[in-house]
Amino acid sequence: MLARLLELTHALRDAGIPVAISESIDALDAVRHIDPTNREPFRSALAATMIKDQAQRPAFDTLFDLYFGTGRGPAGDEDRDAAEGGTTRDELLGELLAALRAGDDAALRDIARRAVGRFGRLEGTGSREWYSNYEVLRTLDPNTLLERLQAEIDETDLSPLEVQVLRDEFERRMRAFRAAVLADTRRRVAEYRGPEAVASYAVRPLPEDLNFLSATADMADLRRAIRPLARKLATRIALKRRHARRGQLDIRRTIRHSLSTGGVPFDTSFKHRAPHRPELFILCDVSSSVARFARFALMLTHALSAQFSRVRSFAFVDAIDEVTRFFEHEDFVAAVDRMNEEASVVWDDGHSDYGSIIERFLELYGRDVGPKATLLILGDARTNYRARRAEALKELADRAHHTYWLNPEPISDWDTGDSAASEYAAVVDQMIEVRNLRQLEDFIERRL
Amino acid sequence: MDQPRFTGVDEVIGRLETAGYLADDSIATVVHLADRLAKPLLVEGPAGVGKTELAKAVAHAIGSPIVRLQCYEGVDESKALYEWNYKKQLLRIQAGQDSSWDELSEDIFSEPFLLERPVLKAIRSTEPVVLLIDEVDKLDFEAEALLLEVLSDWQITIPEMGTLAATRLPFVVLTSNNERELSEALKRRCLYLYLDYPTVEREKEIVLRKVPNIHATLAEQVVRLVASIRELELKKAPSIAETLDWAQTLLHLDIQALDDTTVDRTLPVLLKFQSDLEKARTHLKLTPGAG
Repeated sequence: MLARLLELTHALRDAGIPVAISESIDALDAVRHIDPTNREPFRSALAATMIKDQAQRPAFDTLFDLYFGTGRGPAGDEDRDAAEGGTTRDELLGELLAALRAGDDAALRDIARRAVGRFGRLEGTGSREWYSNYEVLRTLDPNTLLERLQAEIDETDLSPLEVQVLRDEFERRMRAFRAAVLADTRRRVAEYRGPEAVASYAVRPLPEDLNFLSATADMADLRRAIRPLARKLATRIALKRRHARRGQLDIRRTIRHSLSTGGVPFDTSFKHRAPHRPELFILCDVSSSVARFARFALMLTHALSAQFSRVRSFAFVDAIDEVTRFFEHEDFVAAVDRMNEEASVVWDDGHSDYGSIIERFLELYGRDVGPKATLLILGDARTNYRARRAEALKELADRAHHTYWLNPEPISDWDTGDSAASEYAAVVDQMIEVRNLRQLEDFIERRL
Repeated sequence: MDQPRFTGVDEVIGRLETAGYLADDSIATVVHLADRLAKPLLVEGPAGVGKTELAKAVAHAIGSPIVRLQCYEGVDESKALYEWNYKKQLLRIQAGQDSSWDELSEDIFSEPFLLERPVLKAIRSTEPVVLLIDEVDKLDFEAEALLLEVLSDWQITIPEMGTLAATRLPFVVLTSNNERELSEALKRRCLYLYLDYPTVEREKEIVLRKVPNIHATLAEQVVRLVASIRELELKKAPSIAETLDWAQTLLHLDIQALDDTTVDRTLPVLLKFQSDLEKARTHLKLTPGAG
């Protein structure tokens, strides 16, 4: 068991979860106090000692399942069961429907296990066994099942409210079923190939590390990460500003405090200086290549708007429009959707035209950009071989207090093809690579 | 070493239940471990899932008083650990004009001049206590470091006096809403427990227990609807406390079963932001404006 525990520790570290030596010692200590044959307490004990952040829990659970099995017999037995018992697809579907209706979690997990044994196996040669959750889900087709369930409840005389509650429940249970199928697939592969083989690909990156430009990044995960991130960031920025500079001695408060110590000023108080709150101008390229990045950056900065004296945002492709008004209400997801529909950002062919946009911005809003302003430009600096007009950007940068360019492309791609990265970088304070939420967070905290 | 307070996980569940707290297996396991390993317990989770309640229930279960440090920005050692009683020291100095400086300084930095603040009080208590450090994420970064010595070595070093070690180890619970990232050093010293919104079944039990007289069918409708609402992306998802408030409200209004109008009218008990309310109403297909 000690060896397994150490392997798990290493796998966690490989997945980017820092488990300190003292924490793995605690884990060893902890398992002495619980019954290691009982799986769930064992899991809780390890999680409590090794994982100190809920965001890391899904990765932990995945790895735990790989290294400590799911507490069932060897996979070979199950396969024999499946082969002999010969549950047909329709029987299994029937059971699954019943379990979904009843909300029976244990049954759902059991069905998932049998379904993987029955349908998930990819025939290979010799020992090259492999299981695929995709095969299972293709055979059982959860979406059709959900439609069937929903058709069933639509026929009943329940009120729309009750129908919606039921529908949400079915979806929740179906999600649990999919997760169970995935977990069981991994477990079986791990039994054939060893946990290490699965661990390397099974753990999904934390939302902060998802690449904005990659197509596989899960939008919902990213969106959910935004609000807590903004909250933490706001606390940190506010704290930093408050502690940054102490002002003059506050004589009135010092004297007042000294009364409790008989007129001797033990404690001195200082006035707070008014913090510098920059006025933020955000220019966002929302053309299809970088739209996703722009949306997250907009959401995050607006979620932080209390930290700035003013936030104005502008969206552009080959025309520019101010979009601040969409973000005045709290719901940023809706704001981004409205922005996409209503803002007039496309004028010609829908390819970004940085040069004319910068000129146009200078012409329309240039006089608002003053020494209190911080200008953020978000885009990949790909000009589609049009005029670059770096001199217009220079004029803007001269007027503003700071100008930063956030580029979602990896640095290695800058200046390739139609990218004008270094030409623009030369006239702004800094051009920064921002490929994921973590880098964005880091930038906001350090520069704004 | 102190005697363990609980004999096993099942006993934890039983005694917490007597104290009015329904713990699931993972909560009970971690509480049991915190007791056995004599480690502080860091409880994190959204607001209103019963983090502070857990500490109170543990205190009740082991029959110990609770010493509470409510954290906020600006808490420093004089509010968390200890403070010298300046007034008393000044009096002593004025009263003893003729004693020598050495005598005097020895005397005024001794126990009678020390004011105990929650953490020192918990350490020095002769009977076992539960130390609740509430909302530790509200502490300034520097103040967090003050707790490190206590949490790992169960002692406090006072420069003028020396080191005061704990007479009985307190059961320490820290709660956090995750407003900011806590330091690695603090987290490393603690066992971590994340309290999430409960499952439908567990929340139903909680409602039945905390809102007596409520009919089981209504309780079930309530928690299922709340579970549905929590699926949405809201600014503030309804907490257990709000579920209980809602159940209580329905009981007071003498409502037997939920229908569109009652849900629409009482939804503000559950959701406190206009945008959240609108979202939930759309999702639940309630006719707008009926309330």
